[in-house]
Amino acid sequence: MASDYKNNKFIILTIAILILFLGWEIIALLLQNPALPCPIPAIAAFFQVFPQGLWKHFLVSTYRVLTSLFLGLALAVPLGLYIGRNSKLDKWLSPQLYLIYPIPKIALLPVIFAIFKIGDLSKIILIVIIIFFQILITTRDAAKKIPANSILSVLSLGATPRDIYSHVIIPGCLPEIFTATRISLGTAISVLFFAESFATVEGLGYFIFETWSRVNYPEMFAGIIAISLQGFLLFLLVDLFQRLVCPWLYT
Amino acid sequence: MLSLNNVSLTYSNGNTAVQALAGVNLKIEKGKSYAVIGPSGCGKTSLIFLMAGLLMPTQGEVCLYEQQVVKPHRETALILQEYGLLPWKTVWENAALGLKLRKVPDQEIADILGRVFAELEITECIDRYPNQLSGGQKQRVALARALSLQPKILLMDEPLSALDALTRENLQEEILRLIKKHKITCVLVTHSIEEAVYLGQEIIILSARPGRINAIVANPAQGIEGYRHNMSFHEKCTEVRDLLEVHSQSGIRLQEQ
Ligand SMILES: Nc1ncnc2c1ncn2[C@@H]1O[C@H](COP(=O)(O)OP(=O)(O)O)[C@@H](O)[C@H]1O
Ligand SMILES: [Mg+2]
Repeated sequence: MASDYKNNKFIILTIAILILFLGWEIIALLLQNPALPCPIPAIAAFFQVFPQGLWKHFLVSTYRVLTSLFLGLALAVPLGLYIGRNSKLDKWLSPQLYLIYPIPKIALLPVIFAIFKIGDLSKIILIVIIIFFQILITTRDAAKKIPANSILSVLSLGATPRDIYSHVIIPGCLPEIFTATRISLGTAISVLFFAESFATVEGLGYFIFETWSRVNYPEMFAGIIAISLQGFLLFLLVDLFQRLVCPWLYT
Repeated sequence: MLSLNNVSLTYSNGNTAVQALAGVNLKIEKGKSYAVIGPSGCGKTSLIFLMAGLLMPTQGEVCLYEQQVVKPHRETALILQEYGLLPWKTVWENAALGLKLRKVPDQEIADILGRVFAELEITECIDRYPNQLSGGQKQRVALARALSLQPKILLMDEPLSALDALTRENLQEEILRLIKKHKITCVLVTHSIEEAVYLGQEIIILSARPGRINAIVANPAQGIEGYRHNMSFHEKCTEVRDLLEVHSQSGIRLQEQ
């Protein structure tokens, strides 16, 4: 039965990929615009351009995304768990979060670039600031929702507050933390694309804008495929990690 | 062994206060089994939490072996409403948690659990997660976790109320057998009159909120072979039902199972 299910998933994924390429082919044929090549020449161009130097931009961007994601999680998750389980602190902090959360923090880009200059650090800081609040709020709400019954049953076994965190609150919040990670991953890639569009000579954002300015559409599109592939692979990585860490969700 | 002396409990959240229990006096004697019954919302769960050391009374005191209970005691085990199993732990990990928190070595945990699992006939569920179990199996795992701690007192809050009739009777037998065999003092909250009469040597009847003890009914025939099918069982049920109805204030009806 389990293998049936796996086969099914495989078939569904194959169909999804076919539909994606078919849709792309049809739109490209209808539009007849050099900026949107058909899938086969585009992929051929990608395999040509990638070994010639696109891979370097791919690695630089991936490094920036992963570092930001890691920092964002490392800062926001413990704080979110703590605020979620501490109603007094939550009462104090939630109005502040409520005010800060809707600010489009990407507008801070010039300020951050002015302070931290134009290297990796400023890009990473910008992403961390943006995803920090997403992760913080999701984690806080997940921690608030932990059923009192779970906590009481473990307390009755003689657990210390620390045991409660490690056996109840952290595992109970993990599924939501993974959801926040996926959303933040998408955000991080988009923000980085924008942040790499100027004042740098590395990264997929730079590569795409630079080839665009030279009206080299095949190369530009190879860059677009690279950034899509990056998103897809990082998503897979998060999924894989979740399977390892949250096996109970896959039963 | 466990006594409640003039215990009252009031929950206060900000500016609202709910009195759950008022002036409860109770002596739980070693080796006996007690059933607590009363209308929904009358403070049964609160009473169990007080005995378990998860809550402190706002008045009076709860004492175990003459000492005030201020936190969960090593010799008490608690089974919560809805089992209280953790969805992210396997059956084995759930059952082992109490021993693990007490820093019992792994080998010893394996020995104890092996025995308890065999006794409760859940050995084949070891690697499953709670969402892969039936209600009856979940309840057995919760029992296994409690028994693994070799408690002197077992507190249970409506342990069987979510189960179908047949599974429930099955588990009632199981609980009866286990507390006899391990000589465990037992306090069981239920909203089923039959369950109270079947399992409680003494039946404690609470009033509507704030819960007070309206009556304690002695049930000396409890535990005899085939009690459920005995005339005296039905007579005792009628007696308890009458007492509940007499005392239930302003038409608050006992929740039917
Ligand atoms: N944490 C709490 N805060 C405020 N009121 C509560 C709390 N827990 C229970 N109560 C109230 O106390 C009363 C008794 O609750 P409980 O002991 O759960 O009753 P029972 O188990 O008999 O249904 C109920 O009216 C309930 O609404
Ligand atoms: Mg209750």
